[in-house]
This record gives sequence, structure tokens and C-alpha cells, in this order.
Amino acid sequence: MSVVDVVVAGRVRRAWRWRLVVTVLAVAVVAAFSVSLMVGRTFYGPDEVLRVIAGQTVPGASFTVGVLRLPRAVLAVLTGFAFGLAGVTFQTMLRNALAAPDIIGISSGASVAAVFAILVLDVTSATTVSVMAILTALATAALIYVLAYKDGVVGTRLILIGIGVSAILQSLVSYLIVRAAAWDLQVAMRWLTGSLNAATWSRVLPLAGAIAVLTPLLLSQARNLELLRLGDDTAAALGVRVGRTRLVVILGAVALIAFATAAAGPIAFVAFLAGPIAARVVGPSQSLMIPAALIGALLVLVSDFVGQFAFGTRYPVGVVTGALGALYLVFLLARTHRSGGSL
Amino acid sequence: MTDTHVLRVEGVTLAYGEHTVVESLDLLVPPGQITVIIGANACGKSTLLRAMARLLAPRQGRVVLDGKDLHRLPTREVARTLGLLPQSPVAPEGITVADLVARGRHPYRRLLARWTAEDDAAVARALELTGTADLADRPVDELSGGQRQRVWIAMALAQETDILLLDEPTTFLDLSHQVEVLDLLTDLNRERGTTIVMVLHDLNLAARYADHLVAVKAGRISAAGAPEAVLDARLVREVFAMDSQVITDPVSGRPLVLPISRHHCGVARREPVAVAV
Repeated sequence: MSVVDVVVAGRVRRAWRWRLVVTVLAVAVVAAFSVSLMVGRTFYGPDEVLRVIAGQTVPGASFTVGVLRLPRAVLAVLTGFAFGLAGVTFQTMLRNALAAPDIIGISSGASVAAVFAILVLDVTSATTVSVMAILTALATAALIYVLAYKDGVVGTRLILIGIGVSAILQSLVSYLIVRAAAWDLQVAMRWLTGSLNAATWSRVLPLAGAIAVLTPLLLSQARNLELLRLGDDTAAALGVRVGRTRLVVILGAVALIAFATAAAGPIAFVAFLAGPIAARVVGPSQSLMIPAALIGALLVLVSDFVGQFAFGTRYPVGVVTGALGALYLVFLLARTHRSGGSL
Repeated sequence: MTDTHVLRVEGVTLAYGEHTVVESLDLLVPPGQITVIIGANACGKSTLLRAMARLLAPRQGRVVLDGKDLHRLPTREVARTLGLLPQSPVAPEGITVADLVARGRHPYRRLLARWTAEDDAAVARALELTGTADLADRPVDELSGGQRQRVWIAMALAQETDILLLDEPTTFLDLSHQVEVLDLLTDLNRERGTTIVMVLHDLNLAARYADHLVAVKAGRISAAGAPEAVLDARLVREVFAMDSQVITDPVSGRPLVLPISRHHCGVARREPVAVAV
């Protein structure tokens, strides 16, 4: 084989692996989605589910599937997709698995605003709560960025400052909840770990719109983002406009996180988990954005299903993803430490 | 490849925050030659190289490529003429050699455009030139330091630029690998006419491989020219604040700098060294 053949073979092999993984993941998401529509306290067959989706009235199924399960499953897919995509974008940009938006405090920013709105301002409109959550998430990202800025933004500094900001915001959330009246607690708790219990179409639609706009924006930066993994200087030398790429990517990812958090609360650790899992299955060298988004969707779908039906009580989805994520965080820190690295 | 691209630094002042590192510096890079920048730690040589690669915008003055201000040219266009190997590039975990080298093709790719046969050919050429073709499918993080450095150079070569800037390409390499990398760069220069500008720490390797030697002290150029013409004990004293004896290298015929230390000064010094107590 000539060298060109070797180069071509390697490139084709990597592209195939990526396509295979994306196909398998897409099929898995569709399968999990279908199961979550059919299976529950009552089972409905595929024909009944399809008739409900087609808009026909089916006794029983119209309510259970059409009003309860469908918005919940759609919201699961969309929040998972958004968290996964935004998470891997941050992790790639800052070259660090710990740089996920739910670790560096952006999700906490959205939570604080929501809890404050519900408990202190007595806001009852879900839309108002969402808007406040989105604005605060953007403000939190800006704050972290400004605090971490010194001749450009370095990953580690941003992560450490983000973790600090996150801790402050979470203590604020805890404080507000401790002071809360009992009847508000139920609503406010959702903003601690994230839950799909309140899934309605009015929550789904803004998030769907945000994903439709922001996904192409982020994907347009996929190649530049891949080159940023070689270091800022190398990327710039290869013709990437580093500052502009960063700005576009940060705004896009923060907006995604904010919309998803506003819809379902900060579903714990999905943004953090999706990227590393994607890297494991896709291999090191291809864009992880779409695989991570699909893995995020799959994680939320499956975790919600487990949370609802695997135990005696129904747990919100964030409890399940939180447990998974905490384990992975410990593993990651232990491995980084063992290989002699710092953050 | 041609040697018609001209890179010139005109009255450039460079600073990080309040701290001025380089002040109104002029430098013409001789096309088709190997230019080596030397100087003590923190003298501004790496900063100067970063500015020449448009990674740092000058406070005053400008860096000019073919008569045009480098910072006003489209960055992808610059990336087809001017390549840079930074001091510590990062290889993504697990990436293979061929895949890393292929990233050098970025300046030639358009949004959504497919990978072309020319891209594959350029990657293959870069691998062959650097002797890394056998490693094509190996993960970069499994390679030795010397191999890794050749892979990074291959990536810069896949970029097919007429000018190549390198920031200390031999750091962390043992002596034989240092020589191997510098020989490779010399091959490139001699065979393809690539203009090379690099920062080197080792004075003697600099003297051996440079066509054009630039000595920087405190952000200014102390001397520039052929090593035989400019490198002498006076210059070493001025730039590195160190006494030395400069002889002719019996191997290369270039200047060879022998440092004179407080100990082991042998026959070079007749007077005993005063030691402050």
C-alpha cells in the first residue's frame, strides 16, 4: 500500500465509525422514545400510540399517551439533546471534561433565578420563570467569563472560577428553599435536580424552537472547535478565528442550557456525562457534537424511565442522572489524579 | 514552491498588558533561508515569533507579508502562506498520526466541502517527508518525543506554506533527536525552498543551522547576519551576560561558543576568579 492509500483508508475508517455510531444512537433514541410512550402503569400497543399521535381519539390512551407520556418523552429527548450538545461544546472548547456547563455554574445560575422567582417573587407563570432563568444563565456565563479573563480565557481558570460560582449559587438555592413555605417547595424542588413531571407542550415549544436555531449555529463551528483542541495558537495558525469561534460557541451553548433548564430544571450531570461517553464510542478524532446530543437524549429518556418505574416511589429524572454523574465524576477525578495530571 | 513571499517586521512594539516586551523592532526575514532567533530567557524572542504568526497584535508598527499588513489579511489566506508550530501544541487524546497531520489541511477546506484527493496527497507527502509514514495509524500519545515532534512538523507541512515559523522545536528532545529535527527542517529548506524562522535555545545548534542569525536582547535586536559574521564573544557577553570563547566548530566550520564558568575555566582565564563571600 502506498502512503496515500494508508491515509485514505484511515480517513474512510474513521468516517464509517462515526456514521455507524450516529445511526445506532439515533435508532436507540427512537426505540427508547417508543418504549416510553407504550410502557407505563398501563400498556398501550404501537397501533394505539400511533393513532393518538395521528390525532384520533382513543379511549384512555388519548389522555395517558397524548397528554401525559408524549410531551414528557418529547421533553426528555429535547432537554437531553440540548444538554448533551451544549456540554460537549464546552468540554471541547476548554479541552477539559470538567468544563461542562452544569459543573461550572451556568445551570445553577438558571436555577437560582427560577427558585427566586417562584419562592420570593411569587411568580406563577412558567414563561416568566423561564425567561428569568435564561437571562440569569447568560449573566452567570458572562460573570464567569469576566472573572476568568486575563489576557484571554484559559480553561483551568475558568473551570475553577465556575465551580466557585456554582457553589455560591447552589448555596443561594438551598437558602431560598430552606426559607420557603411548604406549598411552594414542590415546585421549587424541581429546580434542584431537574424533573420532567411538569412536562406540557407549552414547555416543549420554546425549547424546540431554541434547538432548531442553535443546533445549526453550533454545528457550523464544529470544524473550528475540533481545531481548538490542538491549542489556541495552533488553531489560530491554521486560520481559525479563535476569539470569534469562542464567542459564538459560548453564546450558543449557554442559550441551549438556559432554555433546557427553563423547561425541565438543571437535569443533573447530563451535560457533563454525554461528551465523555460520546468520545468513548466515536473515537478520538471526529466531531462529538451530534453523538453527544443523541447520548444526552438517550440518557434523559432512559433515566426518566428508570426513575419512574424501577423503584417503589417515582423519582425525578435528575436523581437518577445525578447518581450516575456523581460516580463518573469520582472516576474521572481519580483517573486524572492517577495519571499525574491536575485539573 | 517559491521563495517570493516576504515577511517583514516594521517598527513593532509588543506588550502583554502593561508590560512592554518588544519595542520598535525591525526585522526582514530573508526569503528561502533559515533564520534563527536567539536570546536569553524572557528577552521577547517567542513574543516576536508570535507576532510574526499574527497571534499577537502589535501595539505599534506592523508585520508585513508581501507588502500587506498581516493583521488585515484574511486569516485563512495567511494560513496558506505562513505556518506555525507553537512551543507546546496539544494532541487530542488518542488521535492518530495521519488524522492529526490531516488537520493541517484546514486552510484549504471550505465549509461543507468534501475532502479532496489533493488533501490526501498532501497529507501523504507530509508523512513521507518527515519519515512518519510508518506511524500513520498509531496514536500520537504513544510516540516518543522525537517522533511526536516530527508528526507536528508533518502537520505544519501538510499546510503547504512557503514560510514556516517554529517556536523552540527542539525543546524536551535529547541531542540526537534535536539534530534529527533540525536536519529535517534543513532538508525542507534546501529541497523545497521553504523559508524557516525558528527560536532556538542552544547557541551552538543555532550557529550550525542558521543562514541568518538574529540575537535579541530586552526586546531589541543586538545583531543580525550570517553566524560567522555576527557571533563572537562580545555578542555573547552582550546578549547572555556571560563570558565565553568562540572558536570554529571543527565539524561544521561554524562558530562554536564555549561558555566560561566560574569553575572549569581552565586555560581560558589566567587570573583567579574573585568570589564574593
